[in-house]
Amino acid sequence: MATDSQAFSRFEKATGWRLFLKTVLARAYPRVIGQQREKSWIFFEILLPMLAVASYVYVYRAIGAPEEYVGFVVIGGAMTAFWMNVLWSMSSQLYWEKEQGNLALYIMSPSSMMAILLGMAVGGLFASSLRAIAVIALGSLLFQVQYSIASFAQLILVFLLAMTALYGMGMMTASLFLLLSREAWHLSNLAQEPVYLVSGFYFPIKSFNFWVAAAASFIPLTLGLDAMRQLIFPSGAALGFLNVTVEILILIGLCVAFLTGAKLLLAHMERLAIREGRITESRR
Amino acid sequence: MKQSEPVRSFTMATWLGWQVESNWTDPFLFAIYVIIKPLATAAILVVMYSIITGSDYNSPLFPYIYLGNAFYTYVGAVMAGVSWAVIDDREHYKTLKYMYIAPINIPFYWLGRGVSRFLIGTVAVFVILTAGVWFLHLPLDLTQVNWGLFFISLFLGVSMLAMMGLILASVTLMVAHHFFLIGEAVAGALYLFSGAIFPLEVLPAWLRPIGFAMPITYWLELMRRSLIGEVAEAFPTLAQFSNLQLIGILVGLTIIFALLSVVVFRWCNHRARELGLIDMVTNY
Repeated sequence: MATDSQAFSRFEKATGWRLFLKTVLARAYPRVIGQQREKSWIFFEILLPMLAVASYVYVYRAIGAPEEYVGFVVIGGAMTAFWMNVLWSMSSQLYWEKEQGNLALYIMSPSSMMAILLGMAVGGLFASSLRAIAVIALGSLLFQVQYSIASFAQLILVFLLAMTALYGMGMMTASLFLLLSREAWHLSNLAQEPVYLVSGFYFPIKSFNFWVAAAASFIPLTLGLDAMRQLIFPSGAALGFLNVTVEILILIGLCVAFLTGAKLLLAHMERLAIREGRITESRR
Repeated sequence: MKQSEPVRSFTMATWLGWQVESNWTDPFLFAIYVIIKPLATAAILVVMYSIITGSDYNSPLFPYIYLGNAFYTYVGAVMAGVSWAVIDDREHYKTLKYMYIAPINIPFYWLGRGVSRFLIGTVAVFVILTAGVWFLHLPLDLTQVNWGLFFISLFLGVSMLAMMGLILASVTLMVAHHFFLIGEAVAGALYLFSGAIFPLEVLPAWLRPIGFAMPITYWLELMRRSLIGEVAEAFPTLAQFSNLQLIGILVGLTIIFALLSVVVFRWCNHRARELGLIDMVTNY
C-alpha cells in the first residue's frame, strides 16, 4: 500500500516549472528517439537537401558569380532546415496532432501548450541542427567555401537570437493553426518558397528595395542570415542590409515580440478553439 | 459500360485526388495558392541571375534556366503527387488498408492520385511562362513553337515522371512519415543532375554521367527545343543528338523506369505487407 502511495506521489509532484520542463522533455523525446529508429531520415532530410543546395551553387557558377555567393548559398541552404522545421513541425504540427487525436489530450492535460510547443521545437531543433551542420560541412568541403569570422561571440549571439525569435514566431503561428483544419497543410506549403525568396536564403537581401527588405525583416531568419553572412564572409559587410549591431537589436525586439505574442495568442486561440469546438473537429 | 479494374482505379483516384487537393478552400484562394508557390521558385532564380548579370535577359543562358525551371515544376508535382498519396492515405486518412482490401489496382490508384498535382503543375507552368514573356522578355514566339514535338515530349515526360513517382511511392510504403515531403526532397535533389537550371558542363566531370543517365535531362532538352530551338543549340550538352534520337532515348529510359517501377512496387509491397507497414502511423 505504501509502495503504491509512493509511486503515485512520484507523478503528483510535478507542478509549475518542473511540470513545464518535464513536458518539454516528454514532447521532445519522441522526436529525437523516433528519428534514431527511422534511419531513412538521414537520406531524405540530410543528403537530398544537400543536393538541392548544390544546384543553386552551380547556378551561380554557371552565371559566373563571385565565389562568396557560393558561401551565401551554403549558409542559406543550411538555414532552410530551420524554416522547414518551424513550418512543418511546429505550425502545421498542431493540425496533424488534431487529426491524430492528440490535441485534445494536450489541452486536457495539466501542462501548458507553450511547453508542448517548446518540446516540439527542441526535438525538431535536434534534427534541423544536424541537417544544417551537415549542409555547412559538406557544402564547405565540396565547394571550398572560405570563412573569415569577424566576431565569434556576435555570431553565436545572432544565431541564438534568430532561433529564439524564429521558434517564438513558430509558436505564435501554431496558435493560429489551432483553428485551422485541412487548409493548415496547404498554408504551410504556400509559405515555403515565398519565404525563401523574400528572406534572401540564396542571395543577399540587400538586392531588394529597402522597404521590401525591411518588410521581410519581420521573419527573423532574414536579419539572422544577413547578420551571419556579414560576420563570416569577408565581403559580407559590403553586401549586408543593415549594420550587425542594429540587426542584433531588432532581433532582440523580435524575440520579445514573438514570445509574448505566442503566449497571449496561444491562450486566446485555445479558448476560442474550445468555445467553437475546433479542438476535436476533423473536417476531412 | 463496365470499366477494367486499372481504368476504374485510375479515374476514381483522379477524381478523389482533385477533391483532396482543391476543396479545402474557395476557388479564389486556391488560384492564389496554385500561382504563388511556383512563381516564388522562379523568382529566386530570376533574382540570383539578375544580381550577377545585371539583368542581362538577352543571354541564351536566361531562357535556358527559366524554361528548365518552369518545366521542372512537373517533376516535383507528379513525383510528390504520386508518393504523397501513400502518406496521406496511410497516416492522415488512415484508409490505405481499406484500399488494399477494395477491388482496385493499387499502382493505378496511386497514379490517379498524382493527376491532380499534374493539372495544378500545368497551371503553374503556364503562369511562369506567361510571366517570363510579359516581364522578362523571354523569347517565346507561339508561331515558332514546334507544337508536335512539344506535345509528344510532354506526354513522354509526364509518363516517365509518373513511373518515377510510382517507384518513390513504393519506397514510401517502407518509410515513416517525415515532416518534409519525400517527393519534393527527391525532386529537389534531382534538380542538380538534370541540367534543369544550368548546363551539365558546369557539373564536375565525375558527376555528369549521372545527368546523362537521367531521363529528365533529355526531356527538358526536348521541351526547350520545341519552344525556343536556338536556346538549346547554344549549349553543347546534347547538341550532337537530333530530336528523333532524343525521343528514342527518352522512350527507352521511360520503358526502363516502367519495368523498374513494377519490380520495385512488387518488392516494397511484399515487404510492407510482411512487416505490417500498410497501416503504420508515425507521428514524431
